[in-house]
Amino acid sequence: MAEKSSYKTTAERRRTKDQSFVEKEQAVVEGIDISGQWNRMYEPREIQDYDTTYLDKLTDLPGGESMGWCYQCAQCVPACPVDTAGGDYAPRKIFRRLQNGNDFFNHRDLWLCTTCQNCLRVCPKEVDMIQIIPAARALAVLEGNVPDELQEMFQNVAEYGNPMGQSPRKRARWTRKADAAVRVLPKDPAPVEVLWFVGDYYAYHGRGVDAANAMTRVYNRLGVDFGILGADERSDGDSQRLAGEPGLFEELAEHNIAQFRKYQFDKIVVSGPHAYNAIKNEYPKLGGEFPVEHYTQFLSAQMPKLKPLLTRPFTRKVTFHDPCYLGRHNGEYDAPRALLQAVPGIEFTEMYRCKAQGYCCGGGGGGMWLDGYAALHQTERLSENRVKEAVEVGAEVLAVCCPYEVSRFEDAVKSTDNDGKLEVLDIIEILDRCME
Amino acid sequence: MDMTVLLKRVPDLVEDLEVDDSGKALDEDSVSLKLNEFDDHALEEALLLKEGGGGTVTVIALDGEDVDKMLYTALAKGADRALKVMGGDPDGGNQALAGIFVAALDGHGGDLILTGVQAADDRDGQLAPRVGALLGRPCIEVVTEVNPGDGKVTVHKELAGGVVAEYEVDLPAVLGIQAARQTPRYAPVSRVRQIQESATIDTVTSAATEGAGFTVVAMTPPETGEGAQMLDGVDELVKVLDAKGVI
Repeated sequence: MAEKSSYKTTAERRRTKDQSFVEKEQAVVEGIDISGQWNRMYEPREIQDYDTTYLDKLTDLPGGESMGWCYQCAQCVPACPVDTAGGDYAPRKIFRRLQNGNDFFNHRDLWLCTTCQNCLRVCPKEVDMIQIIPAARALAVLEGNVPDELQEMFQNVAEYGNPMGQSPRKRARWTRKADAAVRVLPKDPAPVEVLWFVGDYYAYHGRGVDAANAMTRVYNRLGVDFGILGADERSDGDSQRLAGEPGLFEELAEHNIAQFRKYQFDKIVVSGPHAYNAIKNEYPKLGGEFPVEHYTQFLSAQMPKLKPLLTRPFTRKVTFHDPCYLGRHNGEYDAPRALLQAVPGIEFTEMYRCKAQGYCCGGGGGGMWLDGYAALHQTERLSENRVKEAVEVGAEVLAVCCPYEVSRFEDAVKSTDNDGKLEVLDIIEILDRCME
Repeated sequence: MDMTVLLKRVPDLVEDLEVDDSGKALDEDSVSLKLNEFDDHALEEALLLKEGGGGTVTVIALDGEDVDKMLYTALAKGADRALKVMGGDPDGGNQALAGIFVAALDGHGGDLILTGVQAADDRDGQLAPRVGALLGRPCIEVVTEVNPGDGKVTVHKELAGGVVAEYEVDLPAVLGIQAARQTPRYAPVSRVRQIQESATIDTVTSAATEGAGFTVVAMTPPETGEGAQMLDGVDELVKVLDAKGVI
């Protein structure tokens, strides 16, 4: 009988740096020489072979526990906006790398998450990145491990109460150019209907100031009795908390709560979803419970008064970007849409990824100050991905209602060569343009 | 190596600074004070030296509004001891300030004294050399890196044109720091708050009367010029240069 195969030496068990395997020095199968590496068979390797130091370090943290619940179903991967933007990301991948011994606390995985919550929406195991990420980052920040651009933001907020590093005294300076009256409560502390929490971007950023001016005109035309904290307002702190600075968040929250307590008002109305999230969900944990509405909620509730004022048509094709912290995090999808639907002449189109499935702009969870860092690890910015979608559905205007988004999307319009094709406007700017 | 870092606060340039009615000083209402950024680098370099080779870091500053927070922040970053100088009048510039610091340190200051090479409100770079002179210690200015050795340190000094000189300096010595090897670290607020509750700031009274180095005669904002002329292309530039008789 002809010998089909020949094994001239005993198979040897050997081991590379990472794994053991079986390999014959000389092997011929059906006349083909498969000696050496060609007949290498790897042995199964158990997870316990890996270093679980960092996985344990993470799951031991209060808030970090659910990372260990992942069973690798991968539903989060297509839901993750960072993965979609070429970031090789999502909780499944983070967990797998942790199983393989990756030092999460000194790895890009710690900083790319925008806490948009789209993964949690689809996760059957409730792996909660909204708890995991801030807890892990807080530890990293305490250990002195923080990307430079984010550190600069922390420093600015700690020193000046705003991420731009602008003088806190100049926080109400935008009102000098407002063409309608703005009551600054510290100077005029009489009771007021609405305490308008203006926020960093409306107060200091050029395009934010445009929106603040528009808000002032709309409030005045509606006859809203409102006042602002002026120089006594500080950053809401939500982004700092999510980016890993809980102590700074507490300091800011305590300051703002103390200011709120000085005045009599019916409700707080905020410009931004992060301020909304902080005042609604986080300030109560520090003892500060106040009725709070996002401006789209406040204005849409006044539709009978508002609608007759919207007399000038806005005949443009408009789409709307759901802010993660107004939509997914706090369940408000209708108020901004109700305002846009009330605009005369508007042609409204939804994007493919909208409402609960809305795509993240990339600015949440501290992402606003990690743009350079993220760009190193992704093939595009999340804002660029989103702008392309807005153009694809034929929109001429991308309407937003988060102060971070105007500058993010305007930059993305330019960097994706869509300058002149897509205008980015805050909903309040559109409403303002429709009023005589 | 035991180190002392001299910290000074300067007017924060994020404010619109105004000259007061006397015409000789800044309007106090327009001023907020912050740590001199060069001193922040001096502290960072000291902390890096401590982490690299052991030792202690003492920070020292003159009393004033919000000085405690600045000193607690330095402790939160890793300094071991904070010292606040009472009774020192810093008017009179770095000559007076050097005298106040040296008197407060009572002739000590450890193996190495570090401070910012300059500050936004002086730009004369005199603090480190004057402290060195009063203590009879060698001083190197415009330092960008310090490496410890046996009884000495090796320092990089930045010269003009991108040239860096390396010096060996016998200890004890005084250094004027231009930049630390890395960005000054961030002190998480939770740690600063924790330090505020657990640490103490020591105080020392300085009765130094070194005499004023200078007196301010007048202070004015820079004069506004007529503005720049924007030129369209080289041809226009040539015309302008020709008209001025340059070419």
